[in-house]
Amino acid sequence: MLVKQISVFVENKFGRLSSVLKTLADHNIDIIAMCIADTTDFGILRMIVDHPTEAEKSLKAQGFTVKSTSVIAVAVEDSPGGLSKAVDVLKDTGIIIEYAYSFAKGCDGNSARAILRVDKPEEAIDAFLQNDVEVLDATHIYEE
Amino acid sequence: MFQPEIESMSRDKLVALQSERLIKLVKNVYDNVPHYRAKMDKIGMTPEDVKSVEDLHKLPFTYKTDLRDTYPFGLFATDMEDIVRIHASSGTTGKQTVVGYTANDIDMWADLIARALTNIGATKKSIVQVSYGYGLFTGGLGAHYGVEKLGASVVPTSTGNTARQIQTMVDFGVTNIACTPSYALYLAEEIIARGLKDKIKLQSGVFGAEPWTEEMRREIEDKLGIKAYDIYGLSEIMGPGVSFECECQNGLHVQEDMFIAEIIDPVTEEVLPYGEKGEIVFTTITKEGLPLIRYRTKDITSLTIDKCACGSTFARMAKPSGRSDDMLIIRGVNVFPSQIEGVLLNVGKTAPHYMIIVDRKNNLDTLEVQVELSEEGFSDSVKYVEKISKEIGAAMQSTLGISAKITLVEPKTIARSEGKAKRVIDKRHLS
Repeated sequence: MLVKQISVFVENKFGRLSSVLKTLADHNIDIIAMCIADTTDFGILRMIVDHPTEAEKSLKAQGFTVKSTSVIAVAVEDSPGGLSKAVDVLKDTGIIIEYAYSFAKGCDGNSARAILRVDKPEEAIDAFLQNDVEVLDATHIYEE
Repeated sequence: MFQPEIESMSRDKLVALQSERLIKLVKNVYDNVPHYRAKMDKIGMTPEDVKSVEDLHKLPFTYKTDLRDTYPFGLFATDMEDIVRIHASSGTTGKQTVVGYTANDIDMWADLIARALTNIGATKKSIVQVSYGYGLFTGGLGAHYGVEKLGASVVPTSTGNTARQIQTMVDFGVTNIACTPSYALYLAEEIIARGLKDKIKLQSGVFGAEPWTEEMRREIEDKLGIKAYDIYGLSEIMGPGVSFECECQNGLHVQEDMFIAEIIDPVTEEVLPYGEKGEIVFTTITKEGLPLIRYRTKDITSLTIDKCACGSTFARMAKPSGRSDDMLIIRGVNVFPSQIEGVLLNVGKTAPHYMIIVDRKNNLDTLEVQVELSEEGFSDSVKYVEKISKEIGAAMQSTLGISAKITLVEPKTIARSEGKAKRVIDKRHLS
């Protein structure tokens, strides 16, 4: 029930983000979700793509520094409190949420989806399932 | 002059004095320093082969590696009980360069500084602020004892706490200062920013421990409204005071009653004539603790015995224009690229491709180390990536003694080279 996320190290220089995106485009890779964590000197571009293994390979071939991480995708109600209810499940578990971001693919009018990176993924998934929070399988998001 | 009978003795008398002292020196190290005895035995030399300064060229050179190989006290010519002070400066590989002084050495060193201070107009009535670092570094304590020898009032502020330094300078009516040229510029700007230029009583200063240009001298003189004089030295030879300027500000007088200077070709080691540029080599003819023969400084300069209007007959060396090795002087601290490389390799998590960028911002030297992040070091989480640069930064600070900005860059962005990698970009225009 874990989802593969690709992270890319991007220096704060003109054209770097563009170069990453072009490489993905050239290899026919579609970005499903993304966010960039920025610092003074560099950024980390995190993405969920439709072919993560292929994406990792092609980016590395272009000289980028890439890492693959397991993250959790949850589906919640698209209404006030939807995500809050899910995150609350982890409140007393001692599980740390490192970062989170949302994405739209597969959402219908009533649902919203988010990616969560936690320090103890298996435990987090158990906690979610026990508390009726829908955890998406990778197959719900990408093909491979 | 502080000691005119010495500083202006005739060249003939000086050379005779040097010869007399050289003979004693060679016998001393041959008898008391096994490392030197071995060096001389190796080339079949005995002390009797040295009858005057003319025979100096027969003696072997001493290199920084000789000090490193005998670390820490192997080159001392006296018993430890006679050593009253130990100083140290950075060495290339983790090991510091250690020097030792007897009570007489400390006294002679103080005379050197007193001479330098007299040259800049200081007297018993002066109030001299020593803003060189106090510690293992020879700058602070070296200058300090010289001020006391002169009989002036020393204000031992050391480095740092600029606001307090300036307040002290104003409140105490400080008349002279000793610090690095870049710190002087920094102080100048702070003084001007606080509108205190008219409140300071500074007349002159003696500046060294790092290379500085005539342009920087003009700036210091204009901004502080003082005369700025150059002083040179290295801990192996004594510390600051081996040579220094006079009122003419046209070359640094080597204190030849204590040091014999030669200029050599850094590659062939051939002695060069007066006027030619090369590496300056010193032989210490009065030191007791750590006497050195023909020590290669790696500093590039030239010597002249042309008459100087100040009356000193001591030879003058030109402001050093660079080094014959890759050592950098950043904020007055010796830094070798190999030390930086060592830190990077030790911490790991980066690729073995780096660039050292030295610059000057707001009159203070800056050091940046750009290094390529490796796959191993990368993480999806910012805090882990930042942790690497922090770890490298802390290791740099602790190894080099100064802080460096660590910039992680993408792979293949550091220029590769065919031959010897150019690892340093020095943006300060110092020569």
